[in-house]
Amino acid sequence: MAFTLPELPYACDALEPYIDARTMEIHHSKHHAGYVAKLNAALEGVKGFDGKSVEDILRNIDAVPEAKRQAVINHGGGHANHSLFWQLMGPGKGGDPSRALAGAIDSELGGFATFKEKFADAAANRFGSGWAWLTRNGSGRLQILSTANQDSPLMDGHVPILGLDVWEHAYYLKYQNKRPEYIEAWWNVVDWAKANELYRAANG
Amino acid sequence: MAFTLPSLPFSKSALEPIISAETLEFHYGKHHQAYVNNLNGLVDGKPEANRTLEDLIMSAEGGVFNNAAQVWNHSFYWNCLKPGGGGRPSGALAAAIDRDFGSFDAFKEEFSAAAAKLFGSGWAWLVLADDKLKIVQTSNADLPMKHMQTALLTIDVWEHAYYIDYRNARPKYIEAVFDNLLNWEFAEQNLARA
Ligand SMILES: [Fe+2]
Ligand SMILES: [Fe+2]
Repeated sequence: MAFTLPELPYACDALEPYIDARTMEIHHSKHHAGYVAKLNAALEGVKGFDGKSVEDILRNIDAVPEAKRQAVINHGGGHANHSLFWQLMGPGKGGDPSRALAGAIDSELGGFATFKEKFADAAANRFGSGWAWLTRNGSGRLQILSTANQDSPLMDGHVPILGLDVWEHAYYLKYQNKRPEYIEAWWNVVDWAKANELYRAANG
Repeated sequence: MAFTLPSLPFSKSALEPIISAETLEFHYGKHHQAYVNNLNGLVDGKPEANRTLEDLIMSAEGGVFNNAAQVWNHSFYWNCLKPGGGGRPSGALAAAIDRDFGSFDAFKEEFSAAAAKLFGSGWAWLVLADDKLKIVQTSNADLPMKHMQTALLTIDVWEHAYYIDYRNARPKYIEAVFDNLLNWEFAEQNLARA
């Protein structure tokens, strides 16, 4: 079965004024759709991947034939990363992390203010296209990192808890060269309940 | 001595409608300027501040390399564009393109595909390597001189180069620049000097 583009869990203009409707529309219907189409093209005719989730494929990326691997890293990563990104935002969100995740940010990352600063630095300093992440790493601890292009933390045994797209397409229409302003605005739409849910599931 | 932003070889509105003045306000006035400023900030008070840009590109890594290379790449890119450009090369470059790509049309197709397919941020280049013309892609700030190749022509395919004018439609930007703005005299000079 081919991968399909998930619907946005809210209207394109729901994240205004922090993320504008035009950006959301193009980001979802062109960029994300492009990753889905190219992932399907990459896996066309390759045996053994029917019915597997894109996350499972990325977790076990070495099982993808070498000739197709980079395309699956790029476009499978693009599909997984964006699918998660939409879910981690919402209208009327923002504020502080909740419950188990809030406690872990305090005990493992020095508190919410320190976390926010380090995460924003990771996002601002990623040179070129990529993502900033809060993950639960292979040792079970929270970690802040950034990845290039569409590289998914799943490939390195991390579980993403929070992800921020810092490709220029994510912010250029509204913020142009001012990536730090986009990062600052983004905190207003973060869905911490969803992040907490991902954290609890990761600790399963 | 601090590194400086070279002046644009044309006015900001000269490339309309292919590349808007608004794009150049940001691309030249903000991005290119920021690479210059960041580089100066990184080398301030250090021996690197007295080296040439090319020297830093060949020897540095990390932030100094990224910013130095992006200063060079953008200065080179502006020279690859001109109002009323496009068309075809002549002389030795035209002959070398026929020799190494089969025809100008075949070159155009290969160059455009390389620019369209570069994943993420980066550049597509026509280079001279071992006396042969080649098309190469580089990611982020990377550039031919770091690989002992001579750059003849480039197109910037970071999203900031085209997002205001073309949104996600990178192939449209590439085709419009190729057909209307490429400065083949500049590429011919680069070949003659190589
Ligand atoms: Fe994106
Ligand atoms: Fe650029």
